[in-house]
Parts: sequence; structure tokens; C-alpha cells
Amino acid sequence: MAFKPFKTLLFGFAFSPSLKANVYEATRLANYFEAALILLHVGEKTKEKENQFQQLLKECPIKPNEIQTYWEEGNPITTLANACVKYNIDLLLLGALKRENVVKYYLGSIARKLTRQAPCSVLLMLNPSVERSPCKHIVVNGFDSPQTHETVEAAFYVGTSLNTEKITLVEEISESRVAIAVNDDRSLRKATLRKEKIDREEKLRVTDIVEKIPATKRDGLKWETQSIFGRRGYSIGHYARVVRADLLVMNAQEERRFYHRFFPRDLEHILAELPTDVLIIHSKSHG
Amino acid sequence: MAKKSPVLAFAKELPQNIFAGFVVSLIALPLGLGLAIASDAPPLSGIIAAVAGGIVVALFGGSHVTIAGPGNGLVIVLLAAITTLGEGNLYEGYLFTLAAIILSGGLLIIFGVLRLGAMSEFFPASALQGMLAAIGIGILAKQFHVMLGLTSIPGGTIEQLMRIPDSFLLFLGLHPFAGVLGAGSLLFLFLYSRIRNPYFHLIPAPMWVVVGSIGIGYYYALVLNKEVPIDPELLIKIPDQLFSNLPRPNFDKLFDLNFIGVVFSITLIAVIESLLSIKAVDKLDPRKRRSNVNKDLRALGLASIVSGFLGGLNVVTVIARSSVNANNGGTNRSANFFHAAFLVLFVVLLGDQIQRIPLTALAAILVFTGYKLASPENLIRIYKIGPEQALIFLITLVTTLFTSLIVGIAVGILFTFIVHLFLRKSFFLFSLNIFKPNVLMYREDQSGNYYVSVKNFCSFLNFYRLKIKLDQIPESEHAIVDFSLCDFVDHTVMEGLHDYQRSFARKNGIFETIGLDIHASETQHPFAVRKSLPINVLMGLQNALSNRQKNIEQLAQQLAWNYDPKIESDPKGINRFLFFESKVVNYSVNSLYDDTFTLFDLSFSEGAFITKEDLKGTFLLFKSPIPLPNFVLDKEDFKTALYHWAGFDDINFTKHPDFSKRFHLSGNNKKAIRTLFNSELIYFFESHPIFHIESNGTHILIKGKERLSSLQEIKIMLAFSKDLLELLEKQQ
Repeated sequence: MAFKPFKTLLFGFAFSPSLKANVYEATRLANYFEAALILLHVGEKTKEKENQFQQLLKECPIKPNEIQTYWEEGNPITTLANACVKYNIDLLLLGALKRENVVKYYLGSIARKLTRQAPCSVLLMLNPSVERSPCKHIVVNGFDSPQTHETVEAAFYVGTSLNTEKITLVEEISESRVAIAVNDDRSLRKATLRKEKIDREEKLRVTDIVEKIPATKRDGLKWETQSIFGRRGYSIGHYARVVRADLLVMNAQEERRFYHRFFPRDLEHILAELPTDVLIIHSKSHG
Repeated sequence: MAKKSPVLAFAKELPQNIFAGFVVSLIALPLGLGLAIASDAPPLSGIIAAVAGGIVVALFGGSHVTIAGPGNGLVIVLLAAITTLGEGNLYEGYLFTLAAIILSGGLLIIFGVLRLGAMSEFFPASALQGMLAAIGIGILAKQFHVMLGLTSIPGGTIEQLMRIPDSFLLFLGLHPFAGVLGAGSLLFLFLYSRIRNPYFHLIPAPMWVVVGSIGIGYYYALVLNKEVPIDPELLIKIPDQLFSNLPRPNFDKLFDLNFIGVVFSITLIAVIESLLSIKAVDKLDPRKRRSNVNKDLRALGLASIVSGFLGGLNVVTVIARSSVNANNGGTNRSANFFHAAFLVLFVVLLGDQIQRIPLTALAAILVFTGYKLASPENLIRIYKIGPEQALIFLITLVTTLFTSLIVGIAVGILFTFIVHLFLRKSFFLFSLNIFKPNVLMYREDQSGNYYVSVKNFCSFLNFYRLKIKLDQIPESEHAIVDFSLCDFVDHTVMEGLHDYQRSFARKNGIFETIGLDIHASETQHPFAVRKSLPINVLMGLQNALSNRQKNIEQLAQQLAWNYDPKIESDPKGINRFLFFESKVVNYSVNSLYDDTFTLFDLSFSEGAFITKEDLKGTFLLFKSPIPLPNFVLDKEDFKTALYHWAGFDDINFTKHPDFSKRFHLSGNNKKAIRTLFNSELIYFFESHPIFHIESNGTHILIKGKERLSSLQEIKIMLAFSKDLLELLEKQQ
């Protein structure tokens, strides 16, 4: 199923020192995506807070056409998740409070719960800023999974919307597919040849995904592929950090079985470490 | 090179492997007997271990030029096992220990099957060195007395060390002849590498000691017609019926805690010693192959089981004997097999002579071994890496001496970790990240380079993760290891990386580490600061120029060449010469160069551990104006004649009998060599001083004397190579 552009964005805001940066970032994004923006505060509504917030919105330089503000009380996670259903949200924005390890961990754990509950895509903004910092390089997963088509398409959609320079598709290939233990020169040679073969196959598969996207939707965007043999779900996060990507686009969790809570899978390493801004694409066709 | 049938190649290399196996057996015989006696086991048990190791590992092993046999590290464990398990009865203890050896062989096989070959990386390098030094001191403390003829000195290691002065005063009264023989042997072993006569070095030092002491025995018996003035107690005893009454391993203590402890200690030391040796020997393999460590562990385990059932000690890969093998032309596992075969021959044919070997001479060999393990140089080397490393070394050493090997290494590991915590002052860095993957490796699509990024921290605790990735990179490629996301890198890792750098250099690959320089300034990275270039630290004591250096500098001015007295830890371009294939290049210094010629002093080592010899020589390197076939040209002498007999080729010219007689010329492409060596070139060599000359296809390497060349000799070398270059240019 083809990817649908983001029509409605939801931003759950809190009164923190980085509120301004977060709101500026959210309004800017909604503008780039030409989407409606819903701002939701989970907490008590006071006159003072509302004034402060309206003032902030007024000063905001770039704004989408449609902005709505709601105030609701309750558990932040369930409230946000419910709001996603209620307002038919396509993309949920979450902002970091401050760049600290503990906070990062906190954001990651909220995001983990929300991606499990919310029926939409989620964007984790690690580094919101008042001034725009351009999104130059997007890294997107090229896993061998039915969701990947939509995720890659989303990455190109975001890329064209934000005027990105380059998209890298990363195929994480499990070492077990090589199935040759490197012991000595001969097994090393064998393993290297086999890796090269798998690498070619993967390249073909990923290139095929990109080429299925209509040319108009990936106009002028440079893209390349990179195969990595390693732990799935881990390597891509580390890679994004190494190449200093501005955004990492990932499939939402494939399976939500009970035991996966104990054995981290694809997203877990990334949510635990948050190498950069992360966009998790919730595929509508494969809930 | 055309692909040859493996059987044919094997057959062709057989003579030289037999030769190498023979030389190895010369050193394996005294070591086997000595290590067994030092463990309080019957003398032949060491030989049985060597024979079992030689045969089984040759058949099932995964390495190429290693030799298997009884190991030094195990002496202490086995000695403790035999004395404690037997509760006073040495023979009973020996039978229990055989059972432990068999079980540890089983464990070793399991280790190999589970592919735990990377396990040696879990031990911090300095702690491991400390443990080995403790083993060395243990051997030395006990054997020093035996060397002086006093076989029954009781007490622990420390007590025995304290009694050394007493023994010195005592021995002349008790066993003057045997004692002096032992002390003399030790002196000889220390001086052996100073004697630079190549013929003399054909026989390894330990064999000289044995042959010499047997010779003295015969001198008394045949010339003086007297009894040897050595107490029969101090001579080796071999049972008359060699194979009829095999000892029966006693499994009665199977569930005894003490026994289980012995099994684990033996296994631990066997694994550590074997893995360290395999790693070191791979760097000496002239074919630059990579050993299959896990397969080797399985073979060693099987060999230990076989050896244990036959009454032998357990089998490990041994470094000194392996290096002798590599240096004498061993190319495959058949050399290991032949070393075993020669040992059997020795025992069967020379049983009588072996019984004439005095224990004091064997003990001298062991004292020398112990000294090499515990050599103060090791401590100094480690201290220069960092004072905290020396502390780790010493704490492990002392703990091992006062408790046991297992406790010692455990304390060493714990202490290393505490030092890391102290240096990094962050417990979270380690505790949060220890179980997380931290290594990313991929092949960059554009450049084809392998890029490896390491994050969080990298120490002995998780070095194996990095190692698994690095092992997947062929050494002929370009690898970049990036530590810029990594907050802490320890000494074990730095040393491991240095090993990788060497093996990549050997196969013409490139191995770069980046991102460590940031650490020095940003996080005050302690190891990176001190350890990023290990050799520079070692050679950091650059004093004012010596006289010879000043002379070379003057010569440089006279010739209008450049002179650089600096030490280069990683000399470029010389690894591709045959001469260095089974040697380790340490550093080059004093380079004198212009556009074409480079003359330099080189420090390199041959052999390893007790057979290690550090050598220095002056070399001259220049680029050939024409493409050359690979060849080696050297003086024809007794040694090369022996090589010839062992299957190394010598290219002779019927038209030039004088040249053929005086020079030894070898190389693969004989036709091209014959074309190159025309009458003019041959006349040139005939009429000039003889150097060791090698070509690697593009460059020519000229080696001076077996020592550093004097200024006079340097001038001769320069003139010689200028003439040679001119001659080659003419051939263009």
C-alpha cells in the first residue's frame, strides 16, 4: 500500500525550558508538510499558562494554515494515544526536554510505549531549535520486511518536503545469513565471497523498492545504499551516528509479542540510545 | 604463481619439514624431560606429551607451523596437583593428575567446539603478564636448587627463593661437580645469543647443554676410565620396559573439590598458553596464514586425552619450539609430526645416553625458562606503558605467588577493572554499556574500505566484540578503526590493535586507527596518551647522538644525503622481503637516504621466548630500475649447503663454477633469474665483497654483517650498491 502524506500532526507539549524550541519546530514541520497541526497539553489548564502559550504561538514566524490547541487531563501516554485516534492523526511529534542521558532515556521509554499504542507514525525530536537547522541527510532502513516499502516512500516524502540533500538506505543483514564462521584464511575467503553475493542481492532488492516510487516523488533527491552485516536494529543506529545523519526513518515494530519486551528487537536499541531524530513509520496496511 | 597440486607441493616441501622437525626435536627433548621432572612427574611423561601432541595435532590441528608439547606454564599447576592430590605419595598423585589431564583435554575439546578461541581476550594483558611472571618465578625458585644439585628443598615459592643463598653456600660441599655443571649450563644459556657464529647456532642452546653434559660423562667413562663424579640420584632414570607397563590414570577423586580445581586450572593455563602461542607463531609463519584456533584447541584437547592415557603430561601449543620450527623452514604441520617421530627415535635408540643427562643441566634450562618468563625487562616494558599497568602486573604476580593461579588471575582481572573505574571515574559508562553491542563494521560502497566504529568503551571486557568484526576483514584490505565515539580504550585493546596492524602490514593491507587523538585532549584518555604508539614510548629515551651516529651524520653531509636518527616503529616496505618472513621487525633507526637509496639500522628478532634472539643489522634498500624476479643471493657455506640438502633450491651455472661454488642463489622463477644473472652481473658479484642480497620484484635489499655495520663498512655497502644500480641500469 502506498504511503499517504501526513495530513494532520499532533504535538503534545509541556511547559519546559525548551517549549519555545519545540513549538517552533512543530509549526515549521507542519508548514513544510502542508498539514494541519493540533497542539495538545496534558495537564491542568490555567489562565497564565494559556496566555503564555498563545503569546508564544503569535510570535511564531512560520506557521501552518490550521492550528488547534487542546487542553486535556489524564495519563500523558493514554491521553496522547487516544487523541491520535480521536483526531485521526498521521504523525505524532514528541520533543526532548534537554539533551541529557537520563532525559533521553525517558523520551525513549515514552516513545516506546506510544509507538506500541498510537495508531500513527511518531517523530522524536532530539534537538529542537528556534532557528531551523537543515535536515541534510536522512538514513532509512531497508529491512527485508513488507513495511519497508512504505517507510522508504515516507523517507522520500519527508526528504522532498524538507529539501534534504541525501538519503541513504541501510540494509542490515544478519550475520546468520552468511552462515560461515571465519576461522582461517579459507573460511574467511568463503565468507567474504558469500557476503559480496548477499550484498549484491540486497542492493537489487532495495534499489527495486526505490524505483517503484514514482519519479515525481523522489525528484532530484540523491540516494544511495549501504549494506551492513551486523546485529539487526543495532547497526543502523550506530551508522546514523557515524555519518551524522539528521533523521533516521524506521519501520514500526513488526511484532508485538510478549517476549520481545525482554529481548530487544529492531527499535529497542535505537530508542534506548536515540542516535539522532527518529521517525517511526506506522504502516497503515500492516498494523 | 600457478596452482600446484597440493599433494605435489606437500611432497616437495617434505624434506625441509623433516629438517625443521629434526631441529625442533633437538630442543623438545631436553625441554620435555626437564618440564616433566620439574613437575615431579616421570621424565618420559614430557616426551610422551610431545609425541602425542606432535602426532595428534599434526593430524587434526588447524594451525600450520606450531609445535605442540608439554608447556612451561603448566609446570606449576601440575607440580601442585601431583603433590597435593597424592597426599605425599608422588606416584599416586601422578596417577590422579593423569585423570585430571584427560578431563581437561575433554574440556579443551568442548572449548574448541563452542568456539571459545576468542576467550584469551578476556584476560587483561598486564594481568596475564603478571601471572606468567609468577609461573616463571615458581619454576625458577624450585629449579635453582636442583641446578645446584639440591633436589629436596621444601617449602613454597617464596621460601624457596629465600633459600637460594643458602644453597649457594651448601652446594660445593654436597655435589660440587653436578652443581658447577648446572651453574655453568645456565651461564652458557645466557651467553648463547652473544655468540654470533652461524654454525654454532644450528643446534639450539638447550641441546648444546644436553650434548655437552653427556659428552662430559663420556669423557670420564672413556678417556679417564672413571665413574662420573655425579650422584646417580642426579641422573635421569628411564624405566627399562618403555611401553609394557603403562600407568593407569586414577579417576577415584572425580568429585573431590581439589581435583575439580586442578582440572580447571590445567584447562585455563592450557588454553591461555596455547592461544597466546598460536597468536605469536602466526606472525612468524613464512606463508602468512591464519590459524584456525578453535580447530587447534580441539586437536590439543584430543592430544591431551591420548597423552594422559599413555601417562604423559597435557599438550599445549608451545612458543619457543614453534619459533624454532618457523625459523628452520617448517611450512606445514608435518614438521610437528616429524618432531614427534624424531623424539621416539631418540628415546628408543639413545635411551642409554639420555640416562647420562644430569638433572642439574636440565634444571639450568628450566631456570633459564623461568627467568625469561619473569624477566625484569617485562616489568620495565609494562611500566613504560603506564605505572598503573605495572601495578596491575605486580598485584597479579604477588597474589599468584601467595595463593594460586586461578585466584591470582581473578584478582588481576578485578583489579584491572577497578583501575579502569578509577581512571575513567564513571561507573555508568561500564555498567550501562557492558552488554550492549558497541561495534559497527561495514564496507564502504564507494571506496571498498572496511570502516569500523567503536562506541561507549572498549576494554578487555568487550574486546572480543571488536575482534570478531576485525577478524572478518581480509588482511590485504584497507581497514579504518574509528574510536571517536568511544570514551575509553584500554591497554589490552591497544596492544591487540597493534597486533592487527602488524598482521595487516605483513599482507600488504592497511590498518588505521583514528579518533584516538581527540581523547588525549578532550577526555584526557590515559591509555591513548601513553599507548597510542607503543614503540615510541619504549624508545622514548633519545639521548644525544652517539659517535657512530655523528659519523653517519658527517657522511650524510659529505654525500649531500639526508640523515634521520629518529626511531621508526613501523618501517615501510621491508615486510615484503623473504628475509623477514619468519622474523619480527621491531624498529628502524639512523636512516641515511637520498632519492634512490635508503640505508638504515634495523632491530629485528628471531625466534620467541627462550629461543628469542634480538638482532641488529644495517640494511640498504633501493628501487631497481628494471623489473626483477624475486631472488635471494647469499654466500654458499655449510649452512646453505645444509639447506640445500633439506630441499631448498640453489641455482647453479655450469658456465660459472666459481660463482656457483661461492654463492647460494634461490628463487621461484628460475628462468628469469638465469636471464638476469648474465656474465657481467656474475663477474660483478664474484669481484666484490659478498652481501646477503634480496629482490622482491621492485626493490633490492642488501644486508650488511650479522651486527651493525661500522662507518667503513657502510661506505663499502654504498659503493657496492651504487655499482650494482649502474649495472642494472645498463640492462635496461
